[in-house]
Amino acid sequence: MPPRLAMSGVRHRYGATQALSGVDLEVRSGEVHALVGENGAGKSTLMKILSGALIPDAGSMQLDGEPYRPQTPADGRAAGVAMIYQELSLAPDLSVAENISLGVEPTRGPFVRRHELRERARAALAEIGRPELPLDLPAGRLSVAEQQLVEIARSVATGCRILVLDEPTSTLSQQDVERLFTLIRRLRERGLAIVYISHFLEEVKAICDRFTALRDGQTTGSGDAKSTPADRIVAMMVGRAVDDLYPRTPRTCGETVLSIRDLAGVAKPESATLDLRRGEVVGIAGIIGAGRTELLRALMGLDPVARGTVRVATLEGWQSPSARWRQGMGLVSEDRKREGLALELTIAENITLPKLSGLTPRGWVTPAAQDRASQPLVERLGIKCRSPRQPVGALSGGNQQKVAIARLLHADVDMLLLDEPTRGIDVGSKAEICRLINELAVGDSVAGRAPKAVLIVSSYLPELLGLCDRIAVMCRGRLGDARPVEAWSEHEIMLAATGAKTEPART
Amino acid sequence: MPADPRLPTRIRSLLDQLGPLLALLGVWSLFAALRWDIFPTWENTQSILLQTAVIGVAALGGTMVIISGGIDLSVGSLIALVSVTVALVLRGLASGGDSSAADASGYGDAALAAVIGVGLAGLCGLSIGTMVIGRVGRVAAFIAGSLVGYIAWRSGLDYRAALPLAAVIAAAAWWGEGKLNSSIPLSPFIVTLGMWGALRGAAKGLADNSAVYPPATPLNSLMRFPSAPIEASLILRPQYWWSPGVWIFLALACFIAGVLRYTQFGRHIYAIGSNEQTARLCGIHVERVKLKLYACAALLTGIAGVLQFSFVEVGDPTTGASYELGVIAAAVIGGASLSGGVGTILGTVAGALLMSTINNGCTKIGLEVWMQEIVTGAIIVAAVTLDKLRHRGAG
Repeated sequence: MPPRLAMSGVRHRYGATQALSGVDLEVRSGEVHALVGENGAGKSTLMKILSGALIPDAGSMQLDGEPYRPQTPADGRAAGVAMIYQELSLAPDLSVAENISLGVEPTRGPFVRRHELRERARAALAEIGRPELPLDLPAGRLSVAEQQLVEIARSVATGCRILVLDEPTSTLSQQDVERLFTLIRRLRERGLAIVYISHFLEEVKAICDRFTALRDGQTTGSGDAKSTPADRIVAMMVGRAVDDLYPRTPRTCGETVLSIRDLAGVAKPESATLDLRRGEVVGIAGIIGAGRTELLRALMGLDPVARGTVRVATLEGWQSPSARWRQGMGLVSEDRKREGLALELTIAENITLPKLSGLTPRGWVTPAAQDRASQPLVERLGIKCRSPRQPVGALSGGNQQKVAIARLLHADVDMLLLDEPTRGIDVGSKAEICRLINELAVGDSVAGRAPKAVLIVSSYLPELLGLCDRIAVMCRGRLGDARPVEAWSEHEIMLAATGAKTEPART
Repeated sequence: MPADPRLPTRIRSLLDQLGPLLALLGVWSLFAALRWDIFPTWENTQSILLQTAVIGVAALGGTMVIISGGIDLSVGSLIALVSVTVALVLRGLASGGDSSAADASGYGDAALAAVIGVGLAGLCGLSIGTMVIGRVGRVAAFIAGSLVGYIAWRSGLDYRAALPLAAVIAAAAWWGEGKLNSSIPLSPFIVTLGMWGALRGAAKGLADNSAVYPPATPLNSLMRFPSAPIEASLILRPQYWWSPGVWIFLALACFIAGVLRYTQFGRHIYAIGSNEQTARLCGIHVERVKLKLYACAALLTGIAGVLQFSFVEVGDPTTGASYELGVIAAAVIGGASLSGGVGTILGTVAGALLMSTINNGCTKIGLEVWMQEIVTGAIIVAAVTLDKLRHRGAG
């Protein structure tokens, strides 16, 4: 029996860049196939070609042994290729039922047959195992996880043969991830071919049957996802062994720079107590929606505080973001596109934004002075760009994140609040950012850099366990005690985060 | 035209900025080739510049607003209101009698009228800004205070008692608004659409529905061709190159370009337009910047209003209709993006000049007004299409 999808020798060139230079991919029906690779390796280009959004320069594709040459995304959909992107594509004001049949509504003449529309939606939701989702609610009112399910239901309803999931878990909580995995297994048993794109090797090993690794637009290997060791897969992705993802140099704690007592925001957090000292990295774990981001925003002055105290050095009380920057606090947002960066503006402009004063003796802001101030940071963080005048939007996710962090270094803050600093970026940048966090916490007496205090919110437990000195877990708006990292294991953090258990076991 | 991606970033960004200027040069050369005898003359250049000045000055403010991601639809109405106000003040001062004897030249009256007109515009700008950042209550407080004061004065109260009364009422309402502590940010489109109607109405009410004819003052010479002494060489005497209004336009353009490019205030406007959340994250007082921004833009529109008054020499409440669209067109032709974060003064000035060059040139080659309007419309769409193409090439 021929494989469900066979792509061979696919090449594509954008202008001067050879995005794909010979990719082979084979996906069988009834399997979950992982597509792994760093950002810029060509995964999205390959998927655009599969969906019909791009036409390859060379190479061939076959669906169930038949030649497949889509000219438009509509061709792709008609042939049964369904894409679920990270950014969901639902019409938020239309109902769930309308979304499921969007573009293929059952009609009689110019009229939509509403009854059949609802029947079809009900069948599709039953098929994905979630018949309880409300048919008439506007899709925008559902949670992100539920919206994702509606998209999958839409693909199922239109009878897809290949389902492509692009980083489907990046915005989901642990429980929703489990539910999604159950659904994926269910769809696999029904004979669907599923392409699963992810940065998380743990996920790949948990859900996928086989994998294909891409690097620099070429297939660098494929094999059985369960039996291939993770470090071999990483080596195929990055072309070198990533020896130590989470470096840890001995750190010495200094004075307390930030102290929070029973802090409550308007909705979340409900209660948070924490001390942060110079020269240490403290992690906050928890499931999405526990109130971790809200805690950081309240600290930074972006959200109001309802109760409790925040003390920075000796200054107490809520302060505006600009006052916080002056006090030496800086925040990297979890959402680079919406909040973290001004994408049209240049790298230099983004880096210097929190502190434009003092760039020139007279207080003018000149592009040359902004370049001068950002160039050392661009070099120190290894931001890959042609020049500091390049718009940030043109950079890869990892380099964008480095720009967001460089901004804190430009303002020379003492306290770094990092919200999901490595979400959705490639393995290489991830390692570099982790190394930088360690470097900042340790300080550098030769270069005259004082140790800094770092507070990290992350949903990726190995990272927290690898980087932090202490970890506190937030559950339903309440922040637990910060305990030394040795006292925690992934399992215990998950128990505390889901509210199954509040205290870690003594070791 | 797409700049070659291999060129260094700096040269490419320069080419990108010069795009509208090159278009201007192209159009000018086209008309010059068609009517070599009457188009590229010094007198005609002067009149093109003169025709650009009013929209041009207003477009400087419009560009600031558009860069911040907002829009100002009240420009035309505000210009009318200012021109009526200036005319009324001048008429009042003249009929007020003997003071003009002390100042026979009329410079004092002219300056006072201009300052009052521009000041009123600034006040309107502050109101717009206050509403945009969600403090409608403050504007209401101010209006309530003024209204009570005015009614008290009309019903016979001495102005020395009416003014404090107005201030107390306004302050009380203002304080009450502060206690509510809730801001309802409105989109600039809605706020200025409201102002578009309200200010036009105010202008008509003030002028009693007809044009206000003030006595002649030196204000009228702002927009007249300078009469140079015939024997003198013009090169070394810039005051005779073109009207004072054109000089005001060019000087303000340089000033605002500098503010936008080289000051914190300017860079903050770009940051807010590009991503307001990021600006807030980076500690920019977004509300404060917006308030200042709308006030500045309205001050510039006020100056444009004074120039408009000087151009037509009457206070006409129906003048300046749809100038707001001219302002938006100038900014957009000049490469500004209505979604914010992008735009330059150089581009806007080129855009404004491009539109008046087309109007002037079409007249010179004998096209009728309706054809000019079609051509202008086509140019707007073509300019933005070209701009998008250029950015796709660079992206």
